[in-house]
Amino acid sequence: MNYETVIEGGKHWSLSLTAGTTLRLVDEQGGANVGMLFYNPRNPLERYNAPDTLKCQHTFKLTRGHCLYSDMGRIFCSIVADDVGWHDTVGGNANRELVAARWGELAYQDVRNDWTQNGHDAFLVEGGKYGLGLRDLAANVNWFSKIAISDDGSMHFDPTNSGPGRAVELRFEMDTLVLLHTCPHPLNPAASYPRRPVRITIGRAAPVGVDDFCRNFRPENGRGFENTELYRAAGAAEA
Amino acid sequence: MRHFSPREPAAARYRKIVPAGDYWFETIARGEYLRIVDVEGNQAADTLFFSAADTAERYSAIDTLREQGNLYLSTGSKLRSTSSQVLAEIVADTVGRHDTIGGACSSESNTVRYAIEKRTMHACRDSYLLAVTTHERFGLTKRDLGHNINFFMNVPVTPDGGLTFEDGLSGPGQYVELRAEMDLLVLISNCPQLNNPCNAYNPTPLEVLVWQSDVQ
Repeated sequence: MNYETVIEGGKHWSLSLTAGTTLRLVDEQGGANVGMLFYNPRNPLERYNAPDTLKCQHTFKLTRGHCLYSDMGRIFCSIVADDVGWHDTVGGNANRELVAARWGELAYQDVRNDWTQNGHDAFLVEGGKYGLGLRDLAANVNWFSKIAISDDGSMHFDPTNSGPGRAVELRFEMDTLVLLHTCPHPLNPAASYPRRPVRITIGRAAPVGVDDFCRNFRPENGRGFENTELYRAAGAAEA
Repeated sequence: MRHFSPREPAAARYRKIVPAGDYWFETIARGEYLRIVDVEGNQAADTLFFSAADTAERYSAIDTLREQGNLYLSTGSKLRSTSSQVLAEIVADTVGRHDTIGGACSSESNTVRYAIEKRTMHACRDSYLLAVTTHERFGLTKRDLGHNINFFMNVPVTPDGGLTFEDGLSGPGQYVELRAEMDLLVLISNCPQLNNPCNAYNPTPLEVLVWQSDVQ
């Protein structure tokens, strides 16, 4: 199948994707942010683990070749294409108080769907659709956003990181529940509430070969694929 | 920032040695001080905090980092919950930098990081799971095990976005001390990792001390 849609800035959505599906995100205007969390729909206690993802691949940024790991040593998805070069998974979310303090709050009563939503509440709403709540939140990915770190540890948002038409493509290696929002990155210093649309395309991936770029990107990823393939082959016993 | 504590161990209301591979899971009251001592040096104290009154309010690394705008924890760092409330503040630190993005080791992540055959080696997240299932009265399960603090670990980021696990800045007798800003449940796994050079492949004991509040 191929399916395409545009999610406006400041919104949220969720979808369940099967292994072998691709998800392509395009930053239509530049400056987009897509917050994303991943869960195993068969057992949502298995969820995206940013610390494991970073330390398994000795990286702070996410880009092509990197795999997004669950807490069970398996790979939800691989980054098979990326012309941005740096995506964040440490900056987290804005919450309602942060949005109100930095950009001012626009209430639904006054502006209808132009209200200033935040990533924290967006994940609670989308997660709630599957029985997930505050206890199930984890460090999320922020696609298209870059946080640079100075020697002293200070965190700096880079407003030039992405641009119009830049894209990142994920290939799902196991069945995955995806929660997403297009709310602003919490460290974005923009003067007004950033509202950037994202084009989403869902397609089918070619089978993963032994010479696959992501599988071979690091020796750890070969073992991550091995764990994931064991689960896909024998995992019915765990259901 | 390195800062020494005025509190004397002899005045502590509680002292306990926590061996490597074991956990410490206790309550401390608002205003009390908790010190964790790296007794022999370069040990990792994988630590989680929960509001005792509402355990859904648990330590959140991303909320803590976002609010302080800095990747490293030290004196003055306010440790925040998933709803951004302040659970505790670091009031003394003889090391100067602690990690909260490296997470806790697990038997599953060991298979990825080191070798598939490492899957049966002891790991922090096994200690966490034994702690929460043994203490059912606290009402915690696996879903409550968020991203922890690694006291005494040094995980710097390179300018091009790499992550390195440096030899610890800590050493024998170094400590970090926190003041509870609400009644807390504290869960520490004294890391049993045998595959990482950061502890010289030699996990060692921690000591935990608690002082009563100095506010009447």
